[in-house]
Amino acid sequence: MPVILVTDFLIFLLLILASSYVFYVCKRPLLRAPWADVLKNRVGAISFTVLMFYIFIAVLDSMHFHPRISSSQEKKVVYSNEITSVFDVIASHLRTSTEKTYSAPLSAYQYSKEAAEVSNENSHRDYPRLKYGGRHLTNPNKEIVSDVFSKILKGILIAAVFWIVLLMLITFFYAHKKSSSFYAQIQQIFFSKQNRSLPTILITILVLMIITCVAVQLSFSYHVFGTDKVGQDVFYQALKSIRTGIIIGTVTTLVMLPFAITLGIMAGYFGGRVDDIIQYIYTTLNSVPGVLLIAAAILMLHVYMGNNPEQFTNITERADLRLLFLCMILGITSWTGLCRLLRGESLKLRETEYIVAAKALGVRSFVIIFRHLLPNVMHIVLITIVLDFSGLVLAEAVLSYVNIGVDPTTHSWGNMINSARLEMAREPVVWWSLSASLFFMFVLVLFANLFSDVVRDVFDPRAKKHE
Amino acid sequence: MNKNVLDVRDLQVGFMNKEELDIVINNISFSIQPGQTFALLGESGSGKSITALSIMRLLSDTAKVISGEILSSGTNLLHLTEKEMREVRGKKIGMIFQEPMTSLNPVMTIGKQITESILSKHKMNAEDAKEKSLDLLDAVGIRNPRRIINEYPHQLSGGMKQRVMISIALSSNPQLLIADEPTTSLDVTIQAQVLKLLQDLQNKLGMSILFITHDLSVANSVADSVAVMRDGKIIEKNSKNSFFAAPKHPYSKELFLALPDVSKRGEFLGKISNRASTNIFSTYKNIDTNSKLLEVNDLKVYFPINSGFLNRRKNVVKAVDGVSFTLSKGETLAVVGESGCGKTTTGKGILQLETVTSGSVKYDGQELTKSTDSKLRTLRSKLQIVFQDPFASLNPRMTIGKIIEEGITAQEPQVESTEKKERTINLIENVGLHASHYLRYPHEFSGGQRQRIAIARALAVNPRLIICDEPTSSLDVSVQAQILNLLKELQDKLGLSYLFITHNLAVVSYIAHKIAVMYEGKIVEYGDAETILARPQSAYTKKLLAAVPKL
Repeated sequence: MPVILVTDFLIFLLLILASSYVFYVCKRPLLRAPWADVLKNRVGAISFTVLMFYIFIAVLDSMHFHPRISSSQEKKVVYSNEITSVFDVIASHLRTSTEKTYSAPLSAYQYSKEAAEVSNENSHRDYPRLKYGGRHLTNPNKEIVSDVFSKILKGILIAAVFWIVLLMLITFFYAHKKSSSFYAQIQQIFFSKQNRSLPTILITILVLMIITCVAVQLSFSYHVFGTDKVGQDVFYQALKSIRTGIIIGTVTTLVMLPFAITLGIMAGYFGGRVDDIIQYIYTTLNSVPGVLLIAAAILMLHVYMGNNPEQFTNITERADLRLLFLCMILGITSWTGLCRLLRGESLKLRETEYIVAAKALGVRSFVIIFRHLLPNVMHIVLITIVLDFSGLVLAEAVLSYVNIGVDPTTHSWGNMINSARLEMAREPVVWWSLSASLFFMFVLVLFANLFSDVVRDVFDPRAKKHE
Repeated sequence: MNKNVLDVRDLQVGFMNKEELDIVINNISFSIQPGQTFALLGESGSGKSITALSIMRLLSDTAKVISGEILSSGTNLLHLTEKEMREVRGKKIGMIFQEPMTSLNPVMTIGKQITESILSKHKMNAEDAKEKSLDLLDAVGIRNPRRIINEYPHQLSGGMKQRVMISIALSSNPQLLIADEPTTSLDVTIQAQVLKLLQDLQNKLGMSILFITHDLSVANSVADSVAVMRDGKIIEKNSKNSFFAAPKHPYSKELFLALPDVSKRGEFLGKISNRASTNIFSTYKNIDTNSKLLEVNDLKVYFPINSGFLNRRKNVVKAVDGVSFTLSKGETLAVVGESGCGKTTTGKGILQLETVTSGSVKYDGQELTKSTDSKLRTLRSKLQIVFQDPFASLNPRMTIGKIIEEGITAQEPQVESTEKKERTINLIENVGLHASHYLRYPHEFSGGQRQRIAIARALAVNPRLIICDEPTSSLDVSVQAQILNLLKELQDKLGLSYLFITHNLAVVSYIAHKIAVMYEGKIVEYGDAETILARPQSAYTKKLLAAVPKL
């Protein structure tokens, strides 16, 4: 039985908005040109593909449902109270293969010694074998390296096969559309000078596929990033955190945009009293420390949840609500920057002659804002969205680290880093939890930043190079 | 031995555009003798400024000198290292730019900026450098240099800033001064002063000047010899006297014909005139002096200066201070004045685009200043405006069709889209563009074409009065002629009245029936064009007319 959590709804809403924007852009040559430039840029194409990959995982993880409890005898279908996602089903082997406690990445042994029960009395302490990791090996110490390598090779081969199939499909599609030969199409894709984005994207997909297939191959018999204190797979946690990161980065924007756009444009366009009031609002809001406001809001939610436990029966829903609340409070504290930019730009545009001309033609203010102002400030909105995204992902990590972020039961990089605090103090050090979360976050933030650089270069009229 | 200060031989410059090289300067050669002023004349995009930048070796990275030589007293500048080139810049060749507003650093005092350039070329102590900068400011005709050296650029007027720029360029006695449209953004009276200053300095210091301009009359008043550039080529090169006596190349002739002038009244520009120039002011055929289309009475627009705690009103700027005039059907009234005199604010005040402080604006007997919003909205279709900058006056994200249709949609929402399109295409063709331009975007058009679109947008709502706010001052002479012709044609056909706001007296003398001369928010002289141009009464009008360089 499908369940739509509030954040799922918002993420799908964003997807619909984004795809309608794509549709809108495709129909307008003036808007299509800069986007084509973004993808023509090699860095732009690569980071776009990587971001799409992250978003794909997040979307898979956002399709939630109550799983059916297997009841073959009875006719009545029973659903479990638990909520899982499509991604959980795909990665069920990761979710269910929990060990007793810490184990290092790609290891067949536990990370801490344990008293082994030997048949006779003199029990000794040793590193026990893991329940799932490397259980198919008889003598792990000797076999593990060659086994891992063979699995990596297998992963690469599978990825290559998948990729070639994909390439064939694309080529056939183009060949059919342009009714040219298959060979000519291959040449066109890889060696033509006009379209450089497609080969870049294809090669990025190849790399991503190799990484994915290798990781999947290994994950069936090993813990790729080890396990945490209670034996949960760290790789699984890091993957689950992607959804949290993406939601914080995008839904917050969705919350902030209406405030920033309406207030910013109103302040700039109308000026006078309206401008004064809006300026006072955001100056006041800006002078309250953001972290304090977030902490207060989260604590209020805590108290409310504690006083009304009957409203929050499901733990997943409860965690989800807290995530949403965090997005909202982050949105409310972060709209001021964009608002100020838009106010300045509208202030400038208000004096431009095409807007004065529209006024002289007797066009209503509301229409002027929608027809003339909004399309001409959209590049600022777009640049800010993309630039803010990575900052918000990082903000989540920081807030969760100080315990005012997402719910502790929600998988998030911030929570992983928070729990790694104790692991770093341990001897020998457990490094993989921290490294895995940092790695996943780093890749997302890095490519988001690279992408935003390209977007800014293309859309910012001041950054335009001499033509 | 070569005595020329500058020799440019077969210079070819191109811009890297993707993989291809666009040639923008095509084999030009010229030389400048010591003490001579060489005017490079051409319309925008002809390659004048690129030539100047190539000489200074200040071209952007995408531009490349393909071939040719630039010799400065025997040395080829193109072969110098960047370090040697720095010595040449400033010491041998100085340069001044068009825009004095952006050529000076706004956070440094004038004195600092001059001494900085002196110290970079000469070894001397700070005291001497200060003395020298005072001398320089004195030389460029700044009255009290001791005060000016402690001031910041924003405290100076445009003409003063251009003087400061000249003094910086002169700080190391260059042999050659490159002046890239040094007076284009200045008012006529200031332009006259700057041109005279340059000539005086040249006589005193014996330097040569490469004077880049688009203005034939300016070239006439400063140059010793003239070269006309078009599309990266020099098409005519001659001494000033023989060029202005008889231009040889057909394009040069066209330039002269395109100039608006009092003698060309009533005809279209750019055509060779056969008519005897008698009674040129008698073309009042459409004017019905009895019907007052627009009556402006004691119009005042004040801008408050808010400052201090809680934005208390401290003071007001009297942008328009008691302006009165009337305009009949089919008549053109030119509002003339220097920048900042309040002529644009007058136009906006009439259209109620600025809040009017007091006074009355009556259109066809209806008071505009006290109209309600909805009544004003319908009246707006009768009064339209065309702006100066054709690049800023069209929304870059709307198609031409949508831009022109906007007024119809606002004024007559009941009109169906097919009819609207028909009317729009009609308008597009009426202003001399092609119907296929309907779906194009503004960036695909040149300045002149954009101005046509702006005129079509104004015409879409069937106005009876169009306020033209410097509609031709950012256009080339030949394009200006086309736009003036179009406006005249429309006036003849539709009986439009124009309120023509401009600083260009040549345009005024060509197009206006009546003239109002504005100075500091007030009209100092108002009357028939004929009377004012021939017998100006007020001292300011006399000064203004005297400052116009003559051909």
